Amino acid sequence: MRKRVLRVNGRDHEVSASGDTPLLWVLREELGLTGTKFGCGIGQCGACTVHLDGQPVPSCLVPVEQTRGREITTIEGLAGERLHPLQAAWIELQVPQCGYCQSGQLMAAAALLREHPDPSDEDIDAAMSRVLCRCGTYQRVRAAIHRAARTTGGRGGGA
Amino acid sequence: MRLPADPGRRRFLKTTLAGGGLTLAFCLPLGGCGKDGGDGGQATATAPFRPNAWLQIAPDGTTTVFLAEAEMGQGVYTSIPMLVAEELDADWRRIRLQRAPLAPEYGAQRTGGSTSVRDGWQTLRHAGATARAMLVAAAAQAWGIPAAQCRTESGFVIDTGGGRRLGYGELAAMAARQPVPQDVALKSPAEFRLLGKPVTRTDLDAKVRGSAVFGIDVQLPGLLVASVARCPHFGGRVQSFDAEAAAQIPGVVSVHEISTGVAVVADGYTAALKGRDALRIQWDFDPAAGVDSEDIDAALHAATGGTADREEARRGDPETALEQAPRRLQAEYRLPFQAHATLEPMNCTVRISDGLCEVWAPTQAPTDAHREVEALLLGPLDKLVRKVGRKLSIDLPSDVRIHTTLLGGGFGRRLKQDFVVEAVEIALAAERPVKLIWSREDDLQHDFYRPATRHRLQAGLDDAGRPLAWRHRIAGPSRGLCVGGARRIPYDVANLLVDYRNVDTPVPVHYWRSVAHAHNGFVIESFIDELAVAAGADPFEYRRALMKDQPRLRRVLELAAEKAGWSGERPAGRHLGIAAHSSYGSHVAQVAEVSVQDGRVRVHRVTCAIDCGQVINPDTVRAQMEGSVVFGLSAALKDEITLEQSRVRQSNFHDYRLLRFDEAPEVETWIVDSDAHPEGVGEPGVPPIAAAVANAIYAATGVRIRSLPVTTDALRTPA
Ligand code: FES
Ligand code: FES
Repeated sequence: MRKRVLRVNGRDHEVSASGDTPLLWVLREELGLTGTKFGCGIGQCGACTVHLDGQPVPSCLVPVEQTRGREITTIEGLAGERLHPLQAAWIELQVPQCGYCQSGQLMAAAALLREHPDPSDEDIDAAMSRVLCRCGTYQRVRAAIHRAARTTGGRGGGA
Repeated sequence: MRLPADPGRRRFLKTTLAGGGLTLAFCLPLGGCGKDGGDGGQATATAPFRPNAWLQIAPDGTTTVFLAEAEMGQGVYTSIPMLVAEELDADWRRIRLQRAPLAPEYGAQRTGGSTSVRDGWQTLRHAGATARAMLVAAAAQAWGIPAAQCRTESGFVIDTGGGRRLGYGELAAMAARQPVPQDVALKSPAEFRLLGKPVTRTDLDAKVRGSAVFGIDVQLPGLLVASVARCPHFGGRVQSFDAEAAAQIPGVVSVHEISTGVAVVADGYTAALKGRDALRIQWDFDPAAGVDSEDIDAALHAATGGTADREEARRGDPETALEQAPRRLQAEYRLPFQAHATLEPMNCTVRISDGLCEVWAPTQAPTDAHREVEALLLGPLDKLVRKVGRKLSIDLPSDVRIHTTLLGGGFGRRLKQDFVVEAVEIALAAERPVKLIWSREDDLQHDFYRPATRHRLQAGLDDAGRPLAWRHRIAGPSRGLCVGGARRIPYDVANLLVDYRNVDTPVPVHYWRSVAHAHNGFVIESFIDELAVAAGADPFEYRRALMKDQPRLRRVLELAAEKAGWSGERPAGRHLGIAAHSSYGSHVAQVAEVSVQDGRVRVHRVTCAIDCGQVINPDTVRAQMEGSVVFGLSAALKDEITLEQSRVRQSNFHDYRLLRFDEAPEVETWIVDSDAHPEGVGEPGVPPIAAAVANAIYAATGVRIRSLPVTTDALRTPA
């Protein structure tokens, strides 16, 4: 089978999945990057959110063949030497409950902060309403985004 | 259950029986039942101190707490170790967690009903206190001083006379040789250092890095992925399918008929789904047997009249009191089927080799998973041997091992082990390690739903508007899932009758967060609001005056009303509704601030007051209130599960919508300070919320919501 190269979290990976396989399953099953979650498979829940060239996308809807030459960032690539300011705020405000949606929440929030380093509540609503949380952590997600924006002095923050 | 008679299963049984000598069940209760205090007695200088099943202290001071609960977001991986660490006076930073094996000393492992802390309150603190006493005894011996001269703090025993200190790790070996004390005193609440203080959850680092392992994340060498096609109509079965066509799909490894449908095993999830699509299954289902939601609704409606199957509660003479009351009110309420929709879909990983069946599952009840897998694997002879063994209190060695992973939500769904049994069936048939993954469609269409119910409420009022009589008929598909929380109402009514009438439906039903309290909290708290309106009274004052015998519930009612500014000013277009309900030992009141515009309900703010007795981790209590409100609002405002031809119409989050970020209210939680026995927090936040919102909608529009979820149409029809 023809191999293709995937650039994930700054590294190239060879994968053999057929071109129409959703990126989500290539990440999870071939690369073992299981931080990106499956929740619906139809772009409704956002649990599978990753960054494609910095843009948040539901990876369950992206055929792997469309990622050629593009930069993919997953939750595993969000922290550098230290936790991303959002991850730190997430712990400080104890955002996660079951935690299953939280990779998606964090990736959506990270993309938001890059775009709007000091987002308004409306900006947050618009960006975060694509990610479901059955445990109901929404208000803490909002508070943690504000907190991270403050700690980075409105400069967004890495990744 | 039909079992495929395949070589995999036979091989398993052979080895099971070959290695199946009888072993005496051994007992290792707290404090130890043996002469030497359990395995702690064998400790050497390098061995850890293991005074009981719940904890172990290594020579380097690391303290491991063994957990028998499932972590599904409710914070037990933090609150349970807190109980142990408090009495042990452990250094919280040196606490490590380990899942307890399925062993008799841990009892049945089944997490549900908001019981973890309630049940563990004595046992786990006692476990910590016993270990502490033995560490103190060891230090006293080492120093040649009386134990009373020692105190403990953060993992050290300290000589109050000379200020000498010894770490728990250094003392571990000596402590293990101390006799296990029979009676240890537990701290009084005033002495708590950890309990009641906010503690950072232990599972957060992994959860923000994406490294936390949920069931769906389990990886094994050579692992295949399975997807199962089940009959979309309840009660149907497989008639025929095209295994060849599925096998042609690249990546598909094998196809198996199992008891619940047809399983396609492939090298990945995508190929498994494609294979499943190619199966062209003919289902054996008689359309004449199909049931629609409308049929169920009509049957439930009919069952709100006629003779009851069972009287649940009776007080005074409700019939006469109702008949003679100067004013009478009657209303019918309706609640639909609801799905759990845990964000992590059902999944389970199984590896069977060398007579060992290993299961990795995000389950709330590993004990039940174990039992059901065993029942599947064992033949009739094994079952007989095991039954006799149980009678003689002899336990057979188990060749089934359940590994409980983190759970991506539970809400009662994972108390059912159907997905575990399915995965074991597939692994047996495929003779390869297999991870079964349900799609979201599978999850929503093959759940064990919260039952649909209808309720007829009747009340008689005296001239002052006070209730003289209360009648509540519950009609539903399962008594055990429908009557909880209805028998005792918190209001002072001399004459009361609560009864139940059953209506059978083909829909599988089971526990759903807060079970029948979700129904009855809504119904009772809506109807009492109707009575208040009929009496011309303020809904808060009306309730309060009738809560004479409910000081704790009354207290949270007052607290929620006060903090929400019940009698104060608020922005134009904002309206308040209040509701209160006791469940799982706790008392919760909520005030919802709502606006209604163009037939759309917006919940802006929910003020929540809870008395759950002694608080373990206040932040967890708050988180559970916030989560319960969102969970309850999805059911109250979004979608329901409906049927057509015994087939669930909804299939994914586009038509079974959950509350989204921009729709979520701000939740503010006030916790009553209490040193009463700790009670549940995972569920009690759910029951009042729908009524609080519905009552606010009434305040805003004059429309009384008697059917959930709230629809735009309902908002246009004045009561
Ligand atoms: S799994 Fe991709 S949006 Fe739900
Ligand atoms: S934390 Fe459980 S789904 Fe969001």
